[in-house]
Amino acid sequence: MATVIVVTSGKGGVGKTTTSASFATGLAQRGYRTAVIDFDVGLRNLDLIMGCERRVVYDFVNVINNEANLNQALIRDKRVENLYILPASQTRDKEALTKEGVERVLNELKQTFEYVVCDSPAGIERGALMALYFADEALVVTNPEVSSVRDSDRILGILASRSRRAEQGESPVKEHLVLTRYAPERANRGDMLTVQDVLEILGIPLLGVIPESPAVLQSSNAGVPVILEGGSDAGAAYGDLVDRFLGKDLPHRFMEGQKKGFLQRLFGGS
Amino acid sequence: MGLFDYFRAPPSKSAALAKERLQIIVAHERGGRRSSPDYLPALKKELLEVVRKYVPIDQSQVKVHLDREGGYEILELNITLPDEEQRSGQPR
Ligand SMILES: Nc1ncnc2c1ncn2[C@@H]1O[C@H](COP(=O)(O)OP(=O)(O)OP(=O)(O)O)[C@@H](O)[C@H]1O
Ligand SMILES: [Mg+2]
Repeated sequence: MATVIVVTSGKGGVGKTTTSASFATGLAQRGYRTAVIDFDVGLRNLDLIMGCERRVVYDFVNVINNEANLNQALIRDKRVENLYILPASQTRDKEALTKEGVERVLNELKQTFEYVVCDSPAGIERGALMALYFADEALVVTNPEVSSVRDSDRILGILASRSRRAEQGESPVKEHLVLTRYAPERANRGDMLTVQDVLEILGIPLLGVIPESPAVLQSSNAGVPVILEGGSDAGAAYGDLVDRFLGKDLPHRFMEGQKKGFLQRLFGGS
Repeated sequence: MGLFDYFRAPPSKSAALAKERLQIIVAHERGGRRSSPDYLPALKKELLEVVRKYVPIDQSQVKVHLDREGGYEILELNITLPDEEQRSGQPR
């Protein structure tokens, strides 16, 4: 049975699309047939991050409206086998995502894929609600910063009350915390919330900590999900995250930062 | 980090303040989220009427509280009865 995973956050710009791209790529790399859907109607971006923007012909809304079939709209990734992208529509019609339409497309995807990853738009409006409604599991992407943590908590409330699983009284959506843009040195200095602080407030299991990293911008410039830059800190962190999701018991790296000695602190070296 | 950074004023520890504020606001918003079912006021009123058949009490002595824990809902009723002497002489 296929698993539907929503990547969500409430707050905008925290790293949902970055996470969706790397998470889906990582699952496919490890041999699972994976589709990743951009739910951000009107603000298509996943295609750019995945580097397939010039191959978009049909989109999610075309499939919902029966203007194209799923096979016509799905873009097969050129680098990683088993990976397919369903781009968002650029329409300004926010009503384009109907519950029935989304359900039909997801059910069709579930026939052939093992994992369906839904990249949610920001906010708690229709697009975000549709992205999480059919989810079995949720990656709650959070930055160590007050408004992001608060919005994540609101999203947790919505997952617990307005998802299909909640409405049908089934077992709840499985929640995972993904803490991104983490700067251990700043947290150690006391001017940024620590992993522990965020865990204490949100109270859901930690799937991964992704460090603040220049590699993310570089790889988005190139249209390559950062997980494919295995030598980078963020890429390695996403790799661990995927392995952990698949059941490996790995310690969390990138949480400590370098401990600097007196001389190092005095004479620099970042 | 260079020489000047090292001798800079000590860090503000603003994260501690952030955490404290978040804990408060999140607890508050979670409280509001579990909206209490709309039958609670009516339930409270009827309870009051039933108890009053036997013991004189006023509205403030009946407390109805709904809690959610995991998959359970717990309805907590708290009825404070008046002292023995206040009660004597009242109709049964
Ligand atoms: N770990 C990281 N280190 C540094 N920059 C990051 C990191 N993660 C994300 N970013 C940057 O943050 C910005 C927002 O990322 P992204 O588009 O993934 O967020 P989003 O949550 O999908 O945004 P939106 O809500 O608009 O859909 C991008 O510029 C991205 O490069
Ligand atoms: Mg996005």
